[in-house]
Amino acid sequence: MTTPAVPPVIEFRGAGLTYPGPPPVPALKPCDLVIRHGEYVTIVGPSGSGKSTFLNIAGLLDAPTEGQYLLDGIDTGPLADADRTGLRGRRIGFVFQSFHLLPHRSALENVELAMVYNGGVRRGRRERAREALHRVGLEHRTDALPTRLSGGERQRVAIARALVARPSLLLCDEPTGNLDTHTAESVLGLLDELHRDGITLLVITHAPDVAARGRRTIAIRDGALSEQVAV
Amino acid sequence: MPGRKMKWVPRRRARETTADRSRFSPRDLLSESVAGILQRPARSVLTALGTVLGVGTFVAVLGLTATTSSQIDSRFNELTATEVTVEDTGGERPEFLPNAFPADADRRIGALGGVREAGVYWPVRLGPDTVVSAAPVGTEGTGEQTQVVAASPGVLAAAGPHLAQGRIFDAYHDRRGENVAVIGAGLASRLGITTLETAPAIFVEDRAFTVIGIVDDVQRKADLLLSVVVPRTTAEEIWGGPEAGQRAKMLISTELGAARQIASEAALALDPAHPDHFKVVPPPDPRSLRGDVTSDLNQLFMLMAGICLVIGAVGIANTTLVAVLERTGEIGLRRALGARGRHITVQFLTESGALGALGGLVGTSLGTVTVVVMAVVRDWTPVIHPATVVAAPAIGLVTGVLAGLYPAWRASRIQPAEALRR
Repeated sequence: MTTPAVPPVIEFRGAGLTYPGPPPVPALKPCDLVIRHGEYVTIVGPSGSGKSTFLNIAGLLDAPTEGQYLLDGIDTGPLADADRTGLRGRRIGFVFQSFHLLPHRSALENVELAMVYNGGVRRGRRERAREALHRVGLEHRTDALPTRLSGGERQRVAIARALVARPSLLLCDEPTGNLDTHTAESVLGLLDELHRDGITLLVITHAPDVAARGRRTIAIRDGALSEQVAV
Repeated sequence: MPGRKMKWVPRRRARETTADRSRFSPRDLLSESVAGILQRPARSVLTALGTVLGVGTFVAVLGLTATTSSQIDSRFNELTATEVTVEDTGGERPEFLPNAFPADADRRIGALGGVREAGVYWPVRLGPDTVVSAAPVGTEGTGEQTQVVAASPGVLAAAGPHLAQGRIFDAYHDRRGENVAVIGAGLASRLGITTLETAPAIFVEDRAFTVIGIVDDVQRKADLLLSVVVPRTTAEEIWGGPEAGQRAKMLISTELGAARQIASEAALALDPAHPDHFKVVPPPDPRSLRGDVTSDLNQLFMLMAGICLVIGAVGIANTTLVAVLERTGEIGLRRALGARGRHITVQFLTESGALGALGGLVGTSLGTVTVVVMAVVRDWTPVIHPATVVAAPAIGLVTGVLAGLYPAWRASRIQPAEALRR
């Protein structure tokens, strides 16, 4: 599936982040990492291990202080803010632990929000949002407000919102952290489905059972990455 | 679902970067801002209240001022605009000049262009117990203490009398010094004079005057209605000229628009050598009249409107700041979805500006209603300058935008990574 013509989705080349001191705090030690199209990678580690820093760099919310980070083969280092933001909006779909749905907007409107900043035409947005909600199995709840949705449904809306701009990468930060076991399982099942559809998934979690769903698991401890080979 | 499978695979993209810049179309900006306002309707209404009051006061003050001014304009009618009074000051030594008006004063002024009628008059000084009666002295009958006015014929004509009976005296009576009088209708009935067919006489200090006219109304110089008006020459023959302290005056009625011109010429026409012997009272200038009204109180109200606006601005600023802090998560999310800092700024600015403009619109409406109601209650014509109605909502908008500057700047400074951790 991977050919030399297609660059990897994520490529860390000695990328690391040190918060300037004093004293300087190395939040992520320089590391190399390649994630290719269609991979399902989980990042696992205890809190304070540097997971958030990794997520911020991968999600273009923060820039590495050393090394390079390439997204879809684009070196993100020299990019202007407008380009970084554009890249983030189009190529990365975020799924958060706390969903981050706008409380006064319907599920459909929340999904549409993902298409507001990407310069797309307004026409067809509603239809695409509807399709995305259909994809996550919520076609019957399109007009419901988030407050009327269950936790699992909310996270599905968030996943639909992340999917609707057809990003290169789905970046999930503790996607089941606020869910009970049963709904967590259904959301993880949805992620499995998306993986089968060929979507690149990067899931960050502290829960080993969630981490185990990935085809590749990378442990992070004290700011250092280490690949765990699945047995 | 194999058919749908490829749909969710990401599109292959070229390595374009600049084409990937994030955008925020004006329509999206507008709909997002409106949604932001509408998600807390009660709070938005309360926030806009300060602007409503400020702009409403602004419109009401300007409208009421305009209405009052126009009311003054209509009261400042043709009559007052065509009346000029000349007072005899007698110059620096008035005791040596009992009457500065020349004998042919009427003719001199009448020769000026734009003069309709002009005449000299003065009150006749009688003894303290002198009464006017309809019967000869010595016979029974009660007299009336009333004022006797010596007037050249022009005075009665300039006063615009409405005659119940008879006529006013003219230049003929004046020239010959006839003992005739014109009296007011009220005085006539008190004296028991009901008809002029019997050529009734009245007696002033034993002298008989034939009543030739009864006036029941005048357009100006209403005190003539309570007076016995006798020809100037007649009065001079009997009682002499005007007394010190009761100097003569001149009443001039003019063509419309000629009054100020005549006022500037009258003194010179009366006595080219001594124009300083006269004080000319022109009709009030409508512009200065309006200026007086629109001064003090108005400034006070404008100050109040300004204070209301400032309070409104502080209210909007406060609420917007609270909203920014409340919606930190939303801001982080928008940034994650591709919004730039400036997109966040313009959205919050638009929200606060829209609140201000909304408050301005409502305030303009309420202010206008206030003006109309006030005018209707007083039976006036409501007047509001169109510029006021156009400017008022704009003032609200500017207030809102100014109030939103700081909160919007704060919002743009929120780091998405931290905002999303909440």
